[in-house]
Amino acid sequence: MELLSGADMLIRSLQDEGIENIYGYPGGAALHIYDALFRQDKVKHILVRHEQAAVHMADGYARATGKPGTVLVTSGPGATNTITGIATAFMDSIPMVVLCGQVASSLIGEDAFQETDMIGVSRPVVKHNLSVRHPQDIPEIIRKAYYIASTGRPGPVVVDIPKDMTSPNERYEYVYPKKVKLRSYNPAIRGHAGQIKKAVDMMLAARRPVIYAGGGVILGKATEQLTELTRLLGYPLTNTLMGIGCYPCSDKQHLGWLGMHGTYEANMAMHHSDLILAVGARFDDRVTNATEKFCPGARIIHIDIDPASISKTVEADVPIVGPVDAVLKEMLSLVKSAKTEPDAEALASWWKQIDEWRAFHGMRYETSPEVIKPQEVVEMLSRLTKGEAFVASDVGQHQMFAAQYYKFDRPNRWINSGGLGTMGFGFPAAMGVKLTHPDDEVLCITGEGSIQMNIQELSTCKQYDIPVKIINLNNQALGMVKQWQDMNYESRHSQSYMESLPDFIKLVEAYGHVGMRIDRKEDLEPKLKEALAMKDKLVFIDIYVDRFEHVYPMQVARGSMKDMWLSKTERV
Amino acid sequence: MRRIISVLLENEPGALSRVVGLFSQRNYNIETLTVAPTEDETLSRLTVTTTGSDKVIEQITKQLNKLIEVVKLVDLTEGSHIERELMLVKLKATGSQRAEIKRTVDIFRGQIVDVTSSVYTVQLAGNSEKLDGFIQAVGTSGVLEVVRTGVSGIARGEKVLSL
Ligand SMILES: Cc1ncc(C[n+]2csc(CCOP(=O)(O)OP(=O)(O)O)c2C)c(N)n1
Ligand SMILES: [Mg+2]
Repeated sequence: MELLSGADMLIRSLQDEGIENIYGYPGGAALHIYDALFRQDKVKHILVRHEQAAVHMADGYARATGKPGTVLVTSGPGATNTITGIATAFMDSIPMVVLCGQVASSLIGEDAFQETDMIGVSRPVVKHNLSVRHPQDIPEIIRKAYYIASTGRPGPVVVDIPKDMTSPNERYEYVYPKKVKLRSYNPAIRGHAGQIKKAVDMMLAARRPVIYAGGGVILGKATEQLTELTRLLGYPLTNTLMGIGCYPCSDKQHLGWLGMHGTYEANMAMHHSDLILAVGARFDDRVTNATEKFCPGARIIHIDIDPASISKTVEADVPIVGPVDAVLKEMLSLVKSAKTEPDAEALASWWKQIDEWRAFHGMRYETSPEVIKPQEVVEMLSRLTKGEAFVASDVGQHQMFAAQYYKFDRPNRWINSGGLGTMGFGFPAAMGVKLTHPDDEVLCITGEGSIQMNIQELSTCKQYDIPVKIINLNNQALGMVKQWQDMNYESRHSQSYMESLPDFIKLVEAYGHVGMRIDRKEDLEPKLKEALAMKDKLVFIDIYVDRFEHVYPMQVARGSMKDMWLSKTERV
Repeated sequence: MRRIISVLLENEPGALSRVVGLFSQRNYNIETLTVAPTEDETLSRLTVTTTGSDKVIEQITKQLNKLIEVVKLVDLTEGSHIERELMLVKLKATGSQRAEIKRTVDIFRGQIVDVTSSVYTVQLAGNSEKLDGFIQAVGTSGVLEVVRTGVSGIARGEKVLSL
């Protein structure tokens, strides 16, 4: 029988859970835990420079690997600093466990030094949270936390650990539970067979079908099934911003992504469809535009692991609750054995129409002989890295350009904060990816606004040697805000300028990295190549791009899917 | 439409605050809320009355079900059911009022559970409309204090909400 302190049990539990990296920052309430961490070498701890970054790192790791990330912080300010990161993970259903120190249980409620009710503060932005009340419960609580975080619809789980629970002076028998059972938590393991049959009949009878796939396909590891079904049916597919990579972008059946800044053809196909097969998507307002005008002629089949996502904003005709991989697999076998086939003639004329839409806009943008366009930077990066890099982005115009012009053919490579839209996410997320994918190219496409929200992590990169490439699409403005001000506030640029930018080159050099500035178009390709060739260096590439560029297409506010601006002057 | 949702909840610290938090976070109404342990001490039974369109009610039940500590729930208003609320009322009762109040209490099948020379304390159980009706009948001017438990409910017949 092995006797361990609470702190040692906690670290042993992480080892037994197979956790290799944790991201964190120490402080008083977590010191017993940090001491236990010191006395072992299986779990590696990455010391960040701000707790928010620790959460984004764990998040980037989780998005790239599909496995839950782990964070360790102290009570009070350490814990509250994680909230933006936790909310980011929550909105995008990212599996994660956040371990927070807490003041000793005898002090709780007394406004003790660095006491914050983390259970209360985090409640609205977690899948679940747990407090430790007896040290001997630690192994079971840790097992539960990972189980809840990574099953069903994934999400972040916070564990609050009062300091006395980890005291080195009390020891308990350590057993790590193999399984946990929660009578009140039973995520669906398959979809309803009758509903699936009904859906397949509708799919085969459709004349203008479209498949609308979301991040759930990636989280549910169902890209293979989705790709096979889509190819078998020959139907067009569009995905959400979160779903990028769930189906190869370079494939002919792929219409690009849909919604506010989606492609013309994706939004047109959705609007004119007679059947939508929604897979692991949630009809978010950035996708649907005004719900009352949403796809008037379409019947909707909606597959999701979370029943609450179905008919939340747009009513589904055939709801199917279940894991997307299992449901798609059943659909595949039904389609294969079906006696009927999709109407070839109807499908051919539907594709003809779609190809016309595709030709009409085709993601064109105006180029200039002198000024560097942000779109062309991304296109060039896509070409130079053969579409195979991991690309983490921040939030703003650069994020949209990255998503529009980088050609992802694989899942888990596009890493962005879609639901919460958190500036400051991209850089630490890229770090989390790079640490576990040292041989892959990892880019952070950011803006001069966003990068400054977690720029202190340059120091962490120095300490652990994390050679990500930071592509700063520097438009000297909070570009996305400015675009909205151009379009809705007669170009009154209230607080959207970045008036005194640092000399980024000197700044990154001060942290011990390489900085590069590109402001002439002819330098773009050679310098990008040069930067990418420095495999073992963090390179910050500060690229001065067109300050006046807007992101298009852009849906007209409160319109239908098909109401879009295609450039500053064309509205359809 | 008004609904009565009955929930079996793990009897754990923090579980109730998750339910209450959900309602405010998602902008759902709570009209009444009652909660107490059941015969199985690991479970609490919670009854909440709320109003909303069918779509909102569907979301409320789905979101409640998503809470890890919610074991089971039922919308009692979907079937026939019994609902009860308990009310204690302090009424000004002097002179001729005393007999009048006594009569009204009898009509509503309530009980006077405490008496002073100028005050009656009345206990009344029933559905919420009956309790409203009593207050109306005695007139708000004589009412000194009202305390209501909120609605509890149970399905009629053989249907039970249990593990
Ligand atoms: C933490 C946070 N604060 C504010 C916003 C609102 N916001 C969205 S985009 C944007 C501008 C981003 O500027 P920059 O990073 O330079 O990107 P650009 O749009 O210029 O490419 C702002 C302020 C946000 N998304 N996140
Ligand atoms: Mg900018």
